[in-house]
Amino acid sequence: MVDEREPASGDPHRRGRRTAEELLPADELVQLLDADGVRHEHPRYTAEVGDDALRELYRWMNVVRAVDRESIHLQRQGQLGVYASGLGQEAAQVGSASALADADWVFPSYRELGVGMVRGVDPVRLLHLNRGTWLADHDPHEHGFAPPSIPIGTQALHAVGFALGALFDGAPIVAVTYLGDGATSEGDTHEALTFAGVMGAPVVFFVQNNQYAISVPVEEQTAAPTLAHKGVGYGIPAVRVDGNDVLGTYAVTREAVDRARAGEGPTLIEAVTYRREAHTTSDDADRYRPREEVEAAEARDPILRMARYLRANDLLDDAAEREVQDAAARLAGEVRARLYDAPHGDPRELFSHVYVDPTGHFEEQAALLERELGERGQAPR
Amino acid sequence: MTVTLAQALNSALHDAMTDDDRVLVLGEDVGRLGGVFRITDGLRDTFGVRRCFDTPLAESGIIGTAIGLAMYGFRPVPELQFDGFSYPAFEQIVSHLAKLRNRSRGTLRLPVTIRIPYGGGIGAVEHHSESPETYWVHTAGLKVVTPATPQDGYSLLREAIASDDPVVFLEPKRRYWSRGEAELPARTEPMHRAVVRRPGRDVSVLCYGPMLATALEAAEAAEARGWSLEVVDLRSLSPLDTDTITASVRRTGRAVVVHEAPRTLGMGAEVAARIQEAAFYHLEAPVLRVTGFDTPYPAAMLEEYWLPDVDRLLDAVERSLTY
Ligand SMILES: Cc1ncc(C[n+]2csc(CCOP(=O)(O)OP(=O)(O)O)c2C)c(N)n1
Repeated sequence: MVDEREPASGDPHRRGRRTAEELLPADELVQLLDADGVRHEHPRYTAEVGDDALRELYRWMNVVRAVDRESIHLQRQGQLGVYASGLGQEAAQVGSASALADADWVFPSYRELGVGMVRGVDPVRLLHLNRGTWLADHDPHEHGFAPPSIPIGTQALHAVGFALGALFDGAPIVAVTYLGDGATSEGDTHEALTFAGVMGAPVVFFVQNNQYAISVPVEEQTAAPTLAHKGVGYGIPAVRVDGNDVLGTYAVTREAVDRARAGEGPTLIEAVTYRREAHTTSDDADRYRPREEVEAAEARDPILRMARYLRANDLLDDAAEREVQDAAARLAGEVRARLYDAPHGDPRELFSHVYVDPTGHFEEQAALLERELGERGQAPR
Repeated sequence: MTVTLAQALNSALHDAMTDDDRVLVLGEDVGRLGGVFRITDGLRDTFGVRRCFDTPLAESGIIGTAIGLAMYGFRPVPELQFDGFSYPAFEQIVSHLAKLRNRSRGTLRLPVTIRIPYGGGIGAVEHHSESPETYWVHTAGLKVVTPATPQDGYSLLREAIASDDPVVFLEPKRRYWSRGEAELPARTEPMHRAVVRRPGRDVSVLCYGPMLATALEAAEAAEARGWSLEVVDLRSLSPLDTDTITASVRRTGRAVVVHEAPRTLGMGAEVAARIQEAAFYHLEAPVLRVTGFDTPYPAAMLEEYWLPDVDRLLDAVERSLTY
């Protein structure tokens, strides 16, 4: 399919142009599961998942929430320096991540613990970023999960480049980048959408519109009708989905990923959700939003509605629910224990990974550190 | 064979792309046009539009995309059209290209070579004559290299592209059309070494990129006055070859550092600091700096007053000798 791409106006990477009408996103949110747990049909998006997969989505959301909650506790107890909770965003993260293939790559920001876990990354390794043991710890190649990017919006370009690599290589690999609503204002996001559109990169921009960028509400972030409408300007099809609906986020992501894999280029997804915790554990959200707003968001809880749906369809009973909660609590407990027992970073590693070939860079400074460590009587762990 | 620096760079790109089909060239106008300085001339025709392609006009996009391509397994060689337009890519270079390997505890490789034409002396409008090297040198995780001769243009660029580390490759644009003897493919001294271009006894002149020609001219003129200058071409600005620099200063006892970039916190500051740390007792005079002024780069009609030239260099040499 790679070779079917036609050079248009001399540009090899550009596909035929879509019209503005084709690109205009629907006003209505895609919603396959409403807040009461009632399932709805959608003409275009269908979550064709079996019973086991439904339970699996439910299990993942609970596991992610348990580890998220534990991380907040760990921060309060001084085990983590700072933590950015994804409470309320579990459906957005679990649904989208579940739609990816093993070979696909994710380019996350700092709030994507849930995505990382679904990708198979050990949460303890992700939390070392927050603990300050290492800047990041997991092996990106093992899970197709890039190191979380803290400068807002910057990772979107890496996803585009990676996707172009797959395209040039003729490999059926898709890159997905996770962005916040605030990130859609960054120049790099704009450049990433521009490049992806022009070059037909197999990339999905998954925007979790959790309503706030720290304290700034999304209304002050853009004058666009919605974040999805921004896709029009880049020639990129976009869709708005209820971000608290795990079936909806799964279905729209699956469709986007499938189209990217089939050579049909990028998609912009706006998952409308709500950040129920403060921006991070260092933030005080009471300074900029009313408690009632958070309470209203709780009524739209992604896990609750999935539980309702599963129970109404005899896919979940009390015993199964207990099993899910016990397993989630067990994993959270393990995460806690392993973080308490984790080693400190080794100062000698300061010089180890800066360059593949460090010749000429650190000889003197590494010797200085060695002397300082000797004076402290500190052996590396 | 005599070739220009521009031809040598073009050959290096051509040969690197021939030897390794993971090498990609991308940037503004690098395809059809062959680059505004024609350094990528013919690459699109030879290797196709997937291997040498024009990007939208966005420098952060060029570098960010190159990072993603490198993470996938390619060896991108992005071109930033001019020094003054490298700044939009600053965040991608400093926050990611330089740091991703370290951040990932060595699991990611970023074999990206960013080519940037830099420096003044071509009568350009604003933003086309800057010397931003210290921004990159100050950033851990990058290697910074600048050739001054056609031989080195070829060899250093091949080595930079072959390097598994990110390299900022600064091309002295006013020397693009300077000819030199070169047998291509050339293999010169390793990338991280400085080289003595002209041996001398009295003063070490430490220079790089566009200033090598100026320094050699000054050395020629100095001979008439009975002064013997040793000209050292740094080539690599990060890492800096302190050994070759200090060995030269130990021989001569005097050092003058020359660069186009403004003086304050320029390469001269670092070179001077290293010399006094490593060769304090060998110094007969303070290390002097011959640089552009600490002002914005001026309008074209004034650049001859701004740029260091043979006279400014010889004046410093004299001050060093008569200290
Ligand atoms: C380039 C950049 N500017 C500022 C910051 C500081 N900062 C960290 S998070 C944040 C808000 C991000 O909001 P959004 O993109 O909506 O993502 P969310 O945190 O809601 O997931 C800001 C301003 C940053 N990390 N990077």
